[in-house]
Amino acid sequence: MSNIPSELKYVTSHEWVRNEGDGTVTVGITEHAQGLLGDMVFVELPEVGEAVSTGDDICVAESVKAASDIYAPVSGEIVEVNEELEDSPELVNSDAFGDGWLFKIKLDDAGELDDLLDAEGYANSIDED
Amino acid sequence: MTNKTVLHAKHLESGAKMVDFYGWEMPINYGSQIEEHHAVRTDAGMFDVSHMTIVDVQGNDAQKFLRRLVINDVAKLATPGKALYTGMCNEEGGVIDDLIIYYFSETNYRLVVNSATREKDLAWMSKQSEGFDITITERPEFGMIAVQGPEAKAKVANLLTPAEIVAVEGMKPFYGVQVGDLFIATTGYTGEDGYEIIVPDSAAEDFWQKLLKVGVKPCGLGARDTLRLEAGMNLYGLDMDESVSPLAANMAWTISWEPEERNFIGREVIAAQRAAGDQPKLVGLVLEEKGVLRSHQKVVTEFGDGEITSGTFSPTLEHSVALARVPRSVKVGDTVEVEMRKKLVKVQVTKPSFVRNGKKVF
Repeated sequence: MSNIPSELKYVTSHEWVRNEGDGTVTVGITEHAQGLLGDMVFVELPEVGEAVSTGDDICVAESVKAASDIYAPVSGEIVEVNEELEDSPELVNSDAFGDGWLFKIKLDDAGELDDLLDAEGYANSIDED
Repeated sequence: MTNKTVLHAKHLESGAKMVDFYGWEMPINYGSQIEEHHAVRTDAGMFDVSHMTIVDVQGNDAQKFLRRLVINDVAKLATPGKALYTGMCNEEGGVIDDLIIYYFSETNYRLVVNSATREKDLAWMSKQSEGFDITITERPEFGMIAVQGPEAKAKVANLLTPAEIVAVEGMKPFYGVQVGDLFIATTGYTGEDGYEIIVPDSAAEDFWQKLLKVGVKPCGLGARDTLRLEAGMNLYGLDMDESVSPLAANMAWTISWEPEERNFIGREVIAAQRAAGDQPKLVGLVLEEKGVLRSHQKVVTEFGDGEITSGTFSPTLEHSVALARVPRSVKVGDTVEVEMRKKLVKVQVTKPSFVRNGKKVF
């Protein structure tokens, strides 16, 4: 079983969400997801300033194996993207929950966080895959 | 029922991620497919290819049978141990499989065919063998390890006895030699120097362990695919199958048209296609900007549409490359378009070969 930090929130489509406590969240893909995708070769990030709605496909992770859409786990505005990934997409593989983060969203509605899965809920959703 | 190779436990010991490959549980990678790829281009890597099917064809009519069975002519083989790459076609000129044939004598040949096509290959050979004085013997009691890369031969030499070293010394590419328990061939599927070694099941784990110890990196099917694609080598099932002519799969060079009276299976159809000049062809595509070309994407050209047969990110070139089947009028150097995620993206047409011996070749 791969690592699923308990302080994060999750979506069944394998994104993780960290509440930064200042109205913004950081989003990445889980260790489990990067393992399924294999070595990352390109990450096409959203534009800073873009308004996104929950469930929009806003980012593409291209691995050696496949191109995968990454979905907005919450609604809001993209306030920052991880530019390091431009030259080092492999950070998504080596540190999925840390340096491999994808983008930050300024929340429209902090209440949306309550709809996300906790670590246990996400672990169960993987088991069902 | 899932088959496991004799090296299955060794893969788990090395932390392999295992996947199903046509009924075989095989390593896809041991952590990073890209690192494994680079190991083969710059040093030495090894692949468990024990799932591949070894078939010995022996008997008075062995040569006669193979001259009928495959599109290349085994009568060209005169030096014992010499290997030949070719295809086996059906009566309609479609590729049943691609294979390597090792020649030992006119009554003794060894074939290595794909594992994914094992059953239909054996059934086809058996059916075609009617009336020929031959035996067809599958050899499942062997493992096979491909050791590939610029340092591969030097590292393997550490494991060989003095007699074995003498036997492989100065071996040219595309030869195989039996030395003691080992069948050592200078063949491969990566575009690098190296060996493919057939080893009895009982000795396979030990041989693998010794290779690990001299610093040969275990590599999975993932790296095997990016390496073969960079080298422009076909993968059966993607780049060709029974619906595809060898002329449309960059396999024309594996057909021997002389002597004219050699009536190989599919000859009539393929000869007519050749005369008509209407078959599509397999070319290389290069995308230097972001994005990865993938199998089945549509290729748009001024002469009509084509299709990517296999595409990947090339770890050596750091951009995407692909093999694609396109109308014959498309030329090397042309710019064509590929439909990627609903957008048309411009790509360059090249020969279907991108990297050999660690270097870009287009």
